[in-house]
Amino acid sequence: MIANVFHWLTTDAHWRSTHNYTGILSQLAAHIRFSVIAVAIALVIALPLGLFIGHTGRATSLVTAANTFRALPSVGVLVLLTVIIAPHVHGRTDLGYLVPTEIVLVLLAIPPILSNTYAGVQNVDRTTRDAAAAMGMTGQQVLRQVEFPLSLPLIFSGLRSAALQVIATATIASYLPLGGLGRFIYDGLAQQDFPQMIGGGVLVAALALITDGVLALVQRNVVSRGITGRFTTNVATAAGPVAAALVPLGAPVDVEVAAS
Amino acid sequence: MTSPAAANSGAASSSPWHFFAYFTAHLHQDLSWLWDHVWLSALPVLAGLVIALPLGWLANRYHWLYPPLLSIAGLLYTIPSLALFVLVPPLFGLKALDPLQVPIALTVYSVALLVRVVADGLASVPDDVAQAATSMGFGPLQRLVKVELPIAVPVIAAGLRVATVANVSLVAIAGTIGLANLGQLFTTGFQLSTPTAYYPPIVLGIILCVALALTFDLTIVFGSRLLTPWRRAVASR
Repeated sequence: MIANVFHWLTTDAHWRSTHNYTGILSQLAAHIRFSVIAVAIALVIALPLGLFIGHTGRATSLVTAANTFRALPSVGVLVLLTVIIAPHVHGRTDLGYLVPTEIVLVLLAIPPILSNTYAGVQNVDRTTRDAAAAMGMTGQQVLRQVEFPLSLPLIFSGLRSAALQVIATATIASYLPLGGLGRFIYDGLAQQDFPQMIGGGVLVAALALITDGVLALVQRNVVSRGITGRFTTNVATAAGPVAAALVPLGAPVDVEVAAS
Repeated sequence: MTSPAAANSGAASSSPWHFFAYFTAHLHQDLSWLWDHVWLSALPVLAGLVIALPLGWLANRYHWLYPPLLSIAGLLYTIPSLALFVLVPPLFGLKALDPLQVPIALTVYSVALLVRVVADGLASVPDDVAQAATSMGFGPLQRLVKVELPIAVPVIAAGLRVATVANVSLVAIAGTIGLANLGQLFTTGFQLSTPTAYYPPIVLGIILCVALALTFDLTIVFGSRLLTPWRRAVASR
């Protein structure tokens, strides 16, 4: 079986597209496209919001509210939104499936980014914040020059778990007739072509692992060394998204769905 | 009762609010899916806890084990669920579609999550408490079972909540590759929606999944409170 999977993965024709077959490279590009759009939108929404909530301590209930989204079954929401939106989209586009998918992906990516950004700013040492204010920094300056850099490790773990969540759920979007690497899993299943199905699984797993690795590298280069030395979560960040899921939870753990 | 005409046009019966009528109309099937969903969500977490307890203990006892164990756990947790579902059979020598593949995959996730939780929970035991227990004559095993694990209960319970709630959603995903559980309601709803939207099974599935997740969550919170009566006396929460 493993040899068959390897053979499927190494067959050149499976990687390139023809007029009636979408190859691995095109599906990979589609998968990355869905994911990047969703994470970017979620980042634009959740990052400023998390910084604001953490800095001012206002509207903290928003963080809790966002976290309750995680109890929703992603497949169910995906199907529900598709059934609502798809009939209103006409013509030869896949927008009817793309729009609900993106909505679900954004909804999934917001909670980890929001709660980690909030927790990051919140975790900044009281005395550090006071020292910055005492040096004459305005609230804006404290946020930008002190709180934001200090919370970067947690923001990154949030971003990483959001990215993984999105990649995982974008796979399920192939359950609707939409592209992406999940296509091979569902098509392989439907055609009882198990090498294709398992090969698809290998590709999705590889994409997730590589993405996490790349983000970890970015994190290492972006986060100041003065901070990483100070944080005892050093070991934890190396442990990847589990740490991302649990780091901000010194206090009671929120309902948190880490993988999907 | 909807007339056949209404059912054909899908006007009244396809309303999202008719999920309960749908539930009662397909009671037997829905309850069997619900039951499958319950054990598919709960058993892997329990199995995961049984495996994670010794591993977490090791990671806490021998500190050099903590980073590698946690890195492996993190890597496993990074793999998207659908990928892990289809990767389990070749790795465990099962048939390509095996009834055990989903429970095994979910157990792997639970172990990956709980190893860290158990290790951190045991690490949260104050040193003087452990030393006091030793000086009172507790052996290592006795100390672990009677002192350290009970103190770690809140942290472990927090991890269990995350794991079970995640599992409820993951089991529904397993429904899309044909496993019998509440995820089938979404497949059914999707298939029935081809001309016009047919909401009842989809809404019912979401409601049952959320209700199930909440039930598990409350059960664990309640169980954790029962196991730690001393925490109520302090009233710090």
